[in-house]
Amino acid sequence: MITLTVNGKAHTLDVPDDMPLLWALRDEVNLTGTKFGCGVAQCGACTVHVDGIATRACATPVGSLESGARVTTIEAIGTTAQGKALQKAWLEIDVMQCGYCQAGQIMSAAALLQATPKPTDDDIDAAMDGNLCRCATYKRIREAIKSAAGVALTDTREV
Amino acid sequence: MDDASFKPSRRLFLASGMATGGALVIGFGFDATAANDGATQLGDYVAIAPDGVVTIRAKNPEIGQGIKTTLPMLIAEEMDIAWEQVRIETAPADEKRFGAQFAGGSMSTPMNYEPMRRVGAATRAVLIEAAAAVLKKPAAELTVEAGVVHHKASRTKVSYGKLVAAAAKLKLPDPASVTLKPDSAFTIIGKSKGGYDSPKIVEGKPIFGIDVTVPGMKYAVFVKPPVYGAKLKSANIDVIKALKGITHVFTLQGYGDFHSLQDGVAIVADKWWYAKAARDQLEIVWDDAVGTPHDSATYAAKAKALAGTKGTPVASNGDVETALGKAAKKIEAWYEAPFLAHVPMEPQNCTAKVTADGVEIWAPTQAPAWGRPHVAKALGVPEDKITIHMIRCGGGFGRRLENDYMVEAAAIAQKAGVPVKLVWTREDDVAYDYFRPGNYHRLEAAIEGGKITAYKARAVTFGRDGKVAQGAGIGPHDFVPLVSPNYALEQHLIETLVPTGYLRAPSSNALGFVHECFLDEIAGAMGKDPFTLRQEIVEAAIANPVPVKSGERGPSYEPKRLKAVLETLRTRSGWDTAKSGNGIGYGVATYFSHRGYFAEVAKVKVDDDGNWKVLKVWVVGDVGRTIINPSAGANQVEGSVMDGIGEMMSEITFDKGRAVQSNFQDIPMIRMSQAPHVDVHFEISDNGPTGLGEPALPPVIPAVCNAIFAATGVRVRKLPLLPETLSKAARA
Repeated sequence: MITLTVNGKAHTLDVPDDMPLLWALRDEVNLTGTKFGCGVAQCGACTVHVDGIATRACATPVGSLESGARVTTIEAIGTTAQGKALQKAWLEIDVMQCGYCQAGQIMSAAALLQATPKPTDDDIDAAMDGNLCRCATYKRIREAIKSAAGVALTDTREV
Repeated sequence: MDDASFKPSRRLFLASGMATGGALVIGFGFDATAANDGATQLGDYVAIAPDGVVTIRAKNPEIGQGIKTTLPMLIAEEMDIAWEQVRIETAPADEKRFGAQFAGGSMSTPMNYEPMRRVGAATRAVLIEAAAAVLKKPAAELTVEAGVVHHKASRTKVSYGKLVAAAAKLKLPDPASVTLKPDSAFTIIGKSKGGYDSPKIVEGKPIFGIDVTVPGMKYAVFVKPPVYGAKLKSANIDVIKALKGITHVFTLQGYGDFHSLQDGVAIVADKWWYAKAARDQLEIVWDDAVGTPHDSATYAAKAKALAGTKGTPVASNGDVETALGKAAKKIEAWYEAPFLAHVPMEPQNCTAKVTADGVEIWAPTQAPAWGRPHVAKALGVPEDKITIHMIRCGGGFGRRLENDYMVEAAAIAQKAGVPVKLVWTREDDVAYDYFRPGNYHRLEAAIEGGKITAYKARAVTFGRDGKVAQGAGIGPHDFVPLVSPNYALEQHLIETLVPTGYLRAPSSNALGFVHECFLDEIAGAMGKDPFTLRQEIVEAAIANPVPVKSGERGPSYEPKRLKAVLETLRTRSGWDTAKSGNGIGYGVATYFSHRGYFAEVAKVKVDDDGNWKVLKVWVVGDVGRTIINPSAGANQVEGSVMDGIGEMMSEITFDKGRAVQSNFQDIPMIRMSQAPHVDVHFEISDNGPTGLGEPALPPVIPAVCNAIFAATGVRVRKLPLLPETLSKAARA
């Protein structure tokens, strides 16, 4: 038994310690916004925040979490200022193609903006390189993060 | 000029899609899922609620190409409604009512652009007829703005929402008979619209296949042989049955069709993780000797041997051998492109429920109709008892043209007797892919008097049961006939048991690399600017059209469209002032595929360790007179460019018939920091609009390889391009 605070609500889960947080969220808490992509922390589709830190839920056994750990998922990221700004920017920039990775992208971006409210292109590269987008919407993800942060959209990397 | 070759399918669509669905259906909305209570359905595509909300069905599967938004835009445009009034739902998978429903070949736009507009115009016409009766004014004096019918002279008006009851009593006109708007009157087509599902995506709403839940559902994994065609000898099924959360464990038997069910072990559990954890303890003994001859080194050795002998002729013209024999200058090269995996972000999955009444399937699929017969055969159920719901796909890239996972989910649900959601692991997705087949090419060209006087291409690709394997075709395509009046294209096949299939821009994604890189070598041998050589080839093709023997692509190819694209690209990319050298290089390539004319310039940077990075890609493409949804269209092009660059980084190799790679740690994909700047420009031409899912991809790979040559002097003739290979070659 472990108790987690998911999106502000306590959930007591009767699951084995080795069940990854991803599957506890998807199949036990019925929050399917967090996505399964690789199972080995290589693609970032499963990114959530655990006590404010961007975490790959597919490689985080629930037994490794402190009781009462605060988990935030895509379903509630809109309740934070950064999350809300990112969701709006994602729509304005029209980032999505298939959209499957975008929950993880937004969660990584929200953690970036919480730590670095005005990120540079290098900051974006460093924070977002763990999140694969198979449709390769990277140009728009970069712009949307900047738009949400209120910095110029221009890509300042070497041309 | 619109493409005449689409007319048969258009007729088919009108006959099967509208004639049966054209009669009015009164008094109900779409199925049980109608977005608006009390909506009245006009035909198969449109339902209108009293408050004016218009629900439009998107007939094709959404895989990220944006079709769920694009197709309703076409209907809404001709209906004269405001986009804000529109709600969209995906149509049922029912080709009798909706015509072809698949996502492939960049075909959705050319096949549906006019028919969907005709659906909208026919719907508008019946609403106008109803308005004329209600307002007691001649139909010819009525106009429509944002779903409100106006009679300007009398200042009277009535909204569509108030007209549906009257319209429902009338007969929808034949869509073939209605008049379409001129392009100049468009208010929706050509204006960027955000993806219809995007607001749900940013909030994590359950809209993907993997998110489907049905009451009483269990979760499953299915363990197939790691070598295609291997047989199950034994498995510790009783051990697995006793593990936590497991409800069913059983074997299933295939029937020898590689599109369908294979032998394997199904593990069904209360929750997916229990099935996965149990599977990790599954001990299976396979008889997999069938895979022994199939490894990458053997394939490569066979290819070299075969390339020394004459292959099966695919296309030819003139006298290649004589021209090669007497040429003052001859060059030849050997190119290789590897097997590749599709790896869409959403692992394969499907939910199925089987009862005495029939089979119900919720599938993220690119081609539901292609899966239905396999489900019928595997389950012994008539096709008309199988209902398929098309669910949004987390990527397709051609992988979901195959429906193997659909058959598995249905077969497991049938045998378990409960609804089942099957979810593959990423390792399953790689091991059981229908790979882009590898290919090898021996190329020869003759140069005489500043012209390419012969071009000979001998390809070694893969075969299955003696025929060209899926995705292993080499043409006849358009590049080879264009390049020289004397040409020959030959093919050898290596028999493989590895399942192969169609990866975004199939064939072209490898052939573009091979031929457009070799053309750069030819330009070098001629001492010509590679951009200028391409323009000369196109000019020559305009002046003296060369025969293209056959093939779906050939007859519609118009070199003058590529000419315009190249002229614009030369200016936009600043080609004439671009300076290559010292680790910086510019390269150009063109390719015609999927009815799209694309040319691209890449700028790369290479360091002393062979680390290469694409800094920028300039893209110019001609896909006709209208970009239906400009933002989504540009997104496809940006993504295609980056996808192509990503394809240069990975490969799948085989050891005794098994894929050696298994997940993203050994299948590198392009990431944020590697994504280049991309400049996208659409060259507008007076042609019917065609698709954007694929044609921007093939040219980027050779453009980058040619840029790497300009930067380093190293020809890239084999992919993937590894930094160590590049640095070693640069030092040599």
